[in-house]
Amino acid sequence: MDELLKILKGNALESAENIGKMLGLSTDEVRTRIAEYEKNGVIRGYQAIVNEDVLKMDRVTAVIEVRVSPEREGGFNRIADRISKFDEVQSVYLMSGDFDLLLFVVGRDLKEVAFFVSEKLATIEGVHGTATHFMLKTYKHHGVFMETPDAYERLKVTP
Amino acid sequence: MHMNDSKLRPNLLAQQLQAVPRSGIRDFFEIVSTMQDVISLGIGEPDFDAPWHIREASVFALERGATSYTSNLGLLSLRQDIARYLQDTMGLSYAPDTEILISVGVSEALDLAIRAICNPGDEIMYHEPCYVSYGPLIQFAHGVPVPVPTSMENEFRLTREALEARVTPRTKALLLNYPNNPTGAALGPEEAKDLADFVLAHDLILITDEIYAELTYDQSHVSVAAFPGMHERTIFLHGFSKAWAMTGFRLGYACAPPELTDAMMKIHQYTMLCAPILSQEAAREALRRVDEDVEVMKSEYRKRRNFLLNSFAEIGLPCFMPRGAFYAFPCIEKTGLTAKEFAFGLLEQEKVACVPGTAFGPSGEGFVRCAYATSLDAIKEAIQRMARFIGG
Repeated sequence: MDELLKILKGNALESAENIGKMLGLSTDEVRTRIAEYEKNGVIRGYQAIVNEDVLKMDRVTAVIEVRVSPEREGGFNRIADRISKFDEVQSVYLMSGDFDLLLFVVGRDLKEVAFFVSEKLATIEGVHGTATHFMLKTYKHHGVFMETPDAYERLKVTP
Repeated sequence: MHMNDSKLRPNLLAQQLQAVPRSGIRDFFEIVSTMQDVISLGIGEPDFDAPWHIREASVFALERGATSYTSNLGLLSLRQDIARYLQDTMGLSYAPDTEILISVGVSEALDLAIRAICNPGDEIMYHEPCYVSYGPLIQFAHGVPVPVPTSMENEFRLTREALEARVTPRTKALLLNYPNNPTGAALGPEEAKDLADFVLAHDLILITDEIYAELTYDQSHVSVAAFPGMHERTIFLHGFSKAWAMTGFRLGYACAPPELTDAMMKIHQYTMLCAPILSQEAAREALRRVDEDVEVMKSEYRKRRNFLLNSFAEIGLPCFMPRGAFYAFPCIEKTGLTAKEFAFGLLEQEKVACVPGTAFGPSGEGFVRCAYATSLDAIKEAIQRMARFIGG
């Protein structure tokens, strides 16, 4: 992967000036390249990684395994697109193994998610089975720890 | 306790010890250690923890009961892994059963190497600036340190002319450290060949401390040990501290032909017996996944190096572009301060710690060492403070 993307993946707020210093590029070159990545769709957006567990939000996240029948010519894409369009659905992945699609779905409470599954998801033509698991706690998300472990103290100067 | 406070008669101490001056930067270290909120560019170790799979393997080894001694030379399995690694990465051939000795860090291995070859009065040459232990270890072994100054103008190169000017009939060995702490100099193939030729021409032993071998940025690492005729006269030193961020495991190794390994072994078996078994198990794990671990850290260091060097240029500090290790060695002469004054002033006024160049020998005057194995955020803040210090 391009070093520029690696830097942004680590810290999307890093300034073009600093990135330029790290990569030996001018600030303008960095801006141009980022704009290109945004234009051609490699960069899809920028988000903060928030530890929602400490926000005491009235919200639950469900991880749902979905079994679907692939369609001739379309495969899983049409049905995955259809599921993706629901606002409740945060992430959709096509999986190998016992089921086909893995969804991350949010709702205010268990009831709301249960309603989504039984009324919206399970009734889609081609969906013929779901298994819903509720997420209890996030330890690590997108490579980031949700709690910072105490760092072991190091010497401040060593030869 | 300060030596002056001691009631012990000075002549009860070993003479060769008294010849080694008290480290001039110890006072500095002591001040830094008592201060709060210091941003440190003074640390000679990675800011990464050792990769988790290595730590996990040590825990597993401990659970299995890895609490015993090992062979004096170290675990044979580790020596085999090292032999394979050196062959694959540097083209060096060492026999695991007779030519590799596992030590407690390269520090111990270097002490073994020097004591194994040094007779009283023997001269050992090395480049300066250099790691702090080189001169003292030679003196402990009753040898004569012969530092050869290198300069920023000359990219901290150890030239054949400078070496020829200082070689004498008493010269026993040349001691090298590339990639270099503190300057960041690294060897290219031609320079390495020149050094090998010099060693051969004067029938010397080569001791080569290549602890930063994996950390080169714009070129691949070249070992002087790999040149024809060098194997039989070289003690090659390496370890796991730097590239794998395993400083606290204290694990290094010395590779040399059997006669030299035997000689080092005589000292090692009576002084250290063996390196800690847990660290040896951790090192075996480290060699299983070299590329991923080292590349991830190295790519971070490269970005930080570039950032730091570009920032030095902006604030007007000339600096040699480091080719390896994780240190930058900017010249602070234009501030009109000595290295020590600069380091103390920067610490007191701006709470940024870096190491005065003189810690690495007199030719380090006019320079400070800034480690970029420090988080980018810390480097950014340190640069702002340095700019303020220089400007004000």
